Amino acid sequence: MSSIATLVQADPRTSRVLDETSKREIRRATLTALAIPGYQVPFGSREMPVARGWGSGGLQITLAVVGPTNVVKVYDQGEDGGVNAANLRRLVRDSEGVATTTDAREADVIQTRHRVPEDALGEGQILVLQVPVPEPLRGVERDMNELRRMHAESDYARMWVSLYEDVVRNGVITRTTGYPCTVDDRYVIATTPIPRWDVPKLHQAPHIALFGAGREKRIYAIPPFTDVVPLTFDDIPFEVEEVAAPCRCGLVSPDGAADAYLVELPAQDGTSTWVCSDADWCARRRVDAGLLEAESLQEVEL
Amino acid sequence: MNDWALRVQELGRIYGPGGAECVAGTGPEFGRSVSPTTGAVVGCWDIGFHVSPGEALGVIGESGSGKSTVMRCIAGDQQTSTGRITLRSVDDGATDLGSLTDSERRALRIDQLAVVYQDPSEGLDLHVSAGGNIADRLTAAGWRHFGNIRERAAELLARTEVPLDRMDDPVATFSGGMRQRVQLAKALANRPPVLLLDEPTTGLDASVAAGVLDLIRDLLEETGVAAVVVSHDFNVIETLTRRCLVMHHGRVVEEGLTDQLLEDPQDAYSQRLVGAARG
Repeated sequence: MSSIATLVQADPRTSRVLDETSKREIRRATLTALAIPGYQVPFGSREMPVARGWGSGGLQITLAVVGPTNVVKVYDQGEDGGVNAANLRRLVRDSEGVATTTDAREADVIQTRHRVPEDALGEGQILVLQVPVPEPLRGVERDMNELRRMHAESDYARMWVSLYEDVVRNGVITRTTGYPCTVDDRYVIATTPIPRWDVPKLHQAPHIALFGAGREKRIYAIPPFTDVVPLTFDDIPFEVEEVAAPCRCGLVSPDGAADAYLVELPAQDGTSTWVCSDADWCARRRVDAGLLEAESLQEVEL
Repeated sequence: MNDWALRVQELGRIYGPGGAECVAGTGPEFGRSVSPTTGAVVGCWDIGFHVSPGEALGVIGESGSGKSTVMRCIAGDQQTSTGRITLRSVDDGATDLGSLTDSERRALRIDQLAVVYQDPSEGLDLHVSAGGNIADRLTAAGWRHFGNIRERAAELLARTEVPLDRMDDPVATFSGGMRQRVQLAKALANRPPVLLLDEPTTGLDASVAAGVLDLIRDLLEETGVAAVVVSHDFNVIETLTRRCLVMHHGRVVEEGLTDQLLEDPQDAYSQRLVGAARG
């Protein structure tokens, strides 16, 4: 069976999964996206050795922006050891020859699906999000021309109506992932696919956030220290998900100041266990608290 | 003439090839709107009127007479070929609406110019609740307080006699008359100075139409809005307006006070129209 490493070595025309011309075009689109925060920049999305919808957009951005001295972290739903995350990480490493890590604090480029790391990211770090549906207005309008017009004219009334209808029907705004936000007081973006918990982390963040949608061929970005404001009514404050129960690790509790996003693990008997979503962050906390051996941190194959 | 909200001067709209030269050979005296030289259709030509705040002007004529073309040009749904359309509330009447971009024309529809269409699906999102349709107009104008939006929507629906217990129901579940009432509520949400009504009761049965007409008449008196009512039905024009224009083959053939025009029409076409309406 051929590995990515052997495949790229076997092809004399290129030593990479993504050729340099493609990388340049993606970097150009990314720079445009950074210059116009929140604007969806079309780009020539390439065929990747992953299926559309499995992170091909994020992967193309990562391959285009990463350099040989960079350290890359790839994780999926908060887990570094998941099948998709492990495969993408191996692909990036083999193609670009970069070092990889599971520790968000050590990474220059963090490719992620569903989560922003619990560790506070700093200046110089790049967060790359794999985006399934980049268009925040897709739920209220199907016509592509009309969507472009609505963005161009900042005509977001129908988005507000959808929030109004949500409150009327459910008493609260029920959107979880993809919560619509206004970037730099101009464009509305879909913060797909992160939970509401992570949305405040994008506001005035010191790091760059790049959103890549391979299937939809769009890149959009949030430059450092940019306003990212969730759409909500003046009298209905934006709320993140509640922590319903203590985490299994015992370090995150709804009684205390919950500082991590928890996910539910339902059991056959109808009960549930709650665990920290960011697995590496949780493991490091447990090591610090003496609940876990330091060697366990090396379990994920890098 | 000083106190006006909407002014239309020498308005013309031609569909097809050619400019002003294709107008020759068309009009009531020739009995056609199609140019004999280019085949272009002269939708309307040389239309002029003004409407004052609190006044309702009727535009009446048979199908194809050009009355809806006039209304769509004012609303911005169609470009004009010639002439000027001005609103007193926009640059004190200095700006011709025809010179604005499509984007600027759409922005006027938020709070300067509202339209009630014959077909409610043109003015409403039928899948959204009655309150949500009004919220659409309010949020476009910058309203961001949910409680205030609900309060204003309820106030408007109550005024247009839509039961408040239906406020959160999708408009698709409403009857035709109630949809027109919701359209009226939405149109008046941001208190526009000018309201255009295009066949507002066509398609409604007689008793429902009478109720909607009474409501429109009361609202026009209450709000002081300047209204243009386009209809082929003399009953609608008679109920809502004090002044009206009669259109035929894209031209105004007669204008005057509605009651006088109905009692004593001067133009031959107006006489036929009134005669047909009076049976």
